[in-house]
Amino acid sequence: MAVAVLATVAAASACATVPASPSTPADGVVLADGFDLGGYNPIAGHGEAGESKLYDGLLRLVGGDGMPTFEPALAAEMPTVSDDGLHWVVKVRDGVRFTDGTTLDAVDVAATYKAIFDPASASPLATSLNMIESVTAAGPDAVRFDLRYPYAAMPTKLLLGIVPSERLSGGRASESTLNTAPVGTGPYKLVSLRPDQAVFEANEDYWDGAPQVKNLTVVHVPDDNARAQRLIAGEVDGANLPPRLAATFTDRAGFEVSSNTSADWRGVSLPAGNPVTADPAIRAALNRAVDRQSIVDHVLAGYGRPASTPLPEVYGAAYEASATFPFDPAGAERILDDAGWRRSADGVREKAGVRAEFTVMYFPEDTLRRDLAQAFATDADRIGVRVSVQPADRTTLPDRLSANAGLLGGGDLPYDPDPQIYSTLHSSYAQAGVGSPYDNASDYVNPAVDAALDAARRTTDADERAAQYRSVQSAYVADPGCVMLVFLDHTYVSRDTEYTGSTPILEPHSHGAAWGPWWNLREWTRS
Amino acid sequence: MLTRRALFTVPLTAAVSLALFALASRSPFDPLAGYLGDRYLTMSTADKRRVATELGVDAPWWQQWATWVSHAVTGDLGYSRTYAQPISAVLAERGPWTLLLSGTALAAAIVIALAAGMWAGLHPGGLLDRALAAAATVVQAVPPFVMSLVAVTVFAVSLRWLPVAGLTDPGADPTFGQVARHLTLPAAVLTASLLPWLLLSLRQSIRAAAESDAVLGARARGIPEPVVVRRHILPVALGPFTTLIGLRLPELLVGAAIVEEVFSWPGLAGSLVTAARELDFPLLAALTIGTTWLVLAGSLLADIAHALLDPRVADDA
Repeated sequence: MAVAVLATVAAASACATVPASPSTPADGVVLADGFDLGGYNPIAGHGEAGESKLYDGLLRLVGGDGMPTFEPALAAEMPTVSDDGLHWVVKVRDGVRFTDGTTLDAVDVAATYKAIFDPASASPLATSLNMIESVTAAGPDAVRFDLRYPYAAMPTKLLLGIVPSERLSGGRASESTLNTAPVGTGPYKLVSLRPDQAVFEANEDYWDGAPQVKNLTVVHVPDDNARAQRLIAGEVDGANLPPRLAATFTDRAGFEVSSNTSADWRGVSLPAGNPVTADPAIRAALNRAVDRQSIVDHVLAGYGRPASTPLPEVYGAAYEASATFPFDPAGAERILDDAGWRRSADGVREKAGVRAEFTVMYFPEDTLRRDLAQAFATDADRIGVRVSVQPADRTTLPDRLSANAGLLGGGDLPYDPDPQIYSTLHSSYAQAGVGSPYDNASDYVNPAVDAALDAARRTTDADERAAQYRSVQSAYVADPGCVMLVFLDHTYVSRDTEYTGSTPILEPHSHGAAWGPWWNLREWTRS
Repeated sequence: MLTRRALFTVPLTAAVSLALFALASRSPFDPLAGYLGDRYLTMSTADKRRVATELGVDAPWWQQWATWVSHAVTGDLGYSRTYAQPISAVLAERGPWTLLLSGTALAAAIVIALAAGMWAGLHPGGLLDRALAAAATVVQAVPPFVMSLVAVTVFAVSLRWLPVAGLTDPGADPTFGQVARHLTLPAAVLTASLLPWLLLSLRQSIRAAAESDAVLGARARGIPEPVVVRRHILPVALGPFTTLIGLRLPELLVGAAIVEEVFSWPGLAGSLVTAARELDFPLLAALTIGTTWLVLAGSLLADIAHALLDPRVADDA
């Protein structure tokens, strides 16, 4: 079916070469998004990674090649931290107004965070902010965050959009009026919202100068092919598309295909509770048997990068270049031979009566994970490890993770190595009931990794932290706990417009019209 | 007939909603997965349990049903977690567009099926009859999803006669002209997907009626052919046809869900799928009961029409 659809789109491409000019409002950009519109409430999770155009956080991301950095947004300056790393103080920017005309102060900031901690709000962000013990307004223009444990990655938690305290009436976040009538300080404000389209206009009162792109219209187009066709017909200026579909636009005049790197990884857990996957030789051999580059080329159509650890190269100084696994099936076989895993008659290895067999589970609706699991199984089979690939839905998969491998992913909050890797590798998450079942799904225990992860969390010295994360990767590669496979690139297609100013950004797991070339729309200028 | 049917609606609605909550509780989906999205995988088990309690989704299904009923009878349909909106707002925003799309398609399909089916049924073996039967079989075999994509590729992308998708052009208001232009393609696809079974069944019942003893007798008595068609064939043939339309209304919704998705049509049929996948109970219950009522109303209308059309049918059934 996918092939037929691609063929249809390709046929359409052949007929129409120049995109028609869309009947869009002047001074604007029209984007198509697959996600439902609405839900513009930061308490309910909107814009957690700083991608909102309606709200600002205390800090905001600075894009470009490499690792994004932070700069003050609603904060007047970068936060200060106590020596023990437990107390963070942020000065609030003066004279910033919300789109309802009220003035931003420290009470709004404290109220926004408190609303997330309020159990009645049922906020999906509770876990990712669980290092924060309390938030208090220390005077009208300063906010104090007291933490449960030293947390050097605190700036990543300050990207969250701030709402006026008067709009926080308590109760469930999903029932707040902010979902459909957002009030923020951001560069854009919502003009109208229908199930099929949201219209935004520039906030002329924006504290950082009104954006030059005056109108932003986001249309909801759930179907991938429909987004591609609306691009071709000239109805929209940009959309996120899956890699193979995006690639059909590469030779088309008037369009640009772009991709952003992400820390969105996919890998296979190797649970300690299974005698085969717990074996260090099996773990080491599988990591060398997988042809990651071939997976990138064939499963991801080239839009991705091989992953040996959960930290990609974009982390710069925190990335350890030597911590990679070579593709070396012969070496992998030697490791298994030396460890006593001998080939039996049917080609599957055996050791002390245990056959080298295990199951990799994936979510049935996720075809990418299925394809990755099958590629992994094929490579494992070549060295005599029999992997069966099995779909398992969300209600049964977590319970089986302690004895079966899973094709898992991560990279939801990539703007610091800590949220990127801590819960994936730290042994505290190996205990039952700590965190989510998907955290450290291999139940991996490596004291050297633990020590470095904790040390990096306690110091705010950038060089020291980078060194600790490099040693995490070295220790991990010496004794791997899973088989990391790939990092995904997110692909986008945009029609040439009169605006320029797009910069690359490292993207989290989530993507759509809020990310891509349009994440910094407020900075775009008319060319 | 009306009163009895109306009274029957009450226990039926209660039974359908009860069955819905019971079945949904056995579903492989987790309502928290829909609510939390990607964070479902990262949220700690303890926090998940707390959120489930706060949202009331961890209560036994009969308790959730009782809570829902006690609010629903007062007119409070609750909140949709999926759309972060009151159910009443979801229905008001999306309902009219589904009615417009499905209504247009159904009306067009009935008119075309009547005209073509009658001709084909009365002239069996003719060129048109054979062509229609073949075309209907082919169209029936094409999934609405593929039909939509082909229609868009031909009429919107290549010929540029009509817009690709959406309710209006991006940023435009839903004026009559805008909506009419955007409605044409999805309504045509939905019409085409409804047409085969309507057409074939009408043709079949007209042929059956035309070959019945009553009609043979009428012809033998020398009654003029137009009168035979009008008085003896059509009333008998249209009866099953109206019943069929009434019964297959839910299938109309299934087709509409796919067409709505491909054409980014902001309707409720697509929401029904979303609500079921994310176990958004209040929305799922409202839509399921709405569908139940639609079927009841459809079969009631069909029975009334049947009784009016065919004098042999007693109207106290």
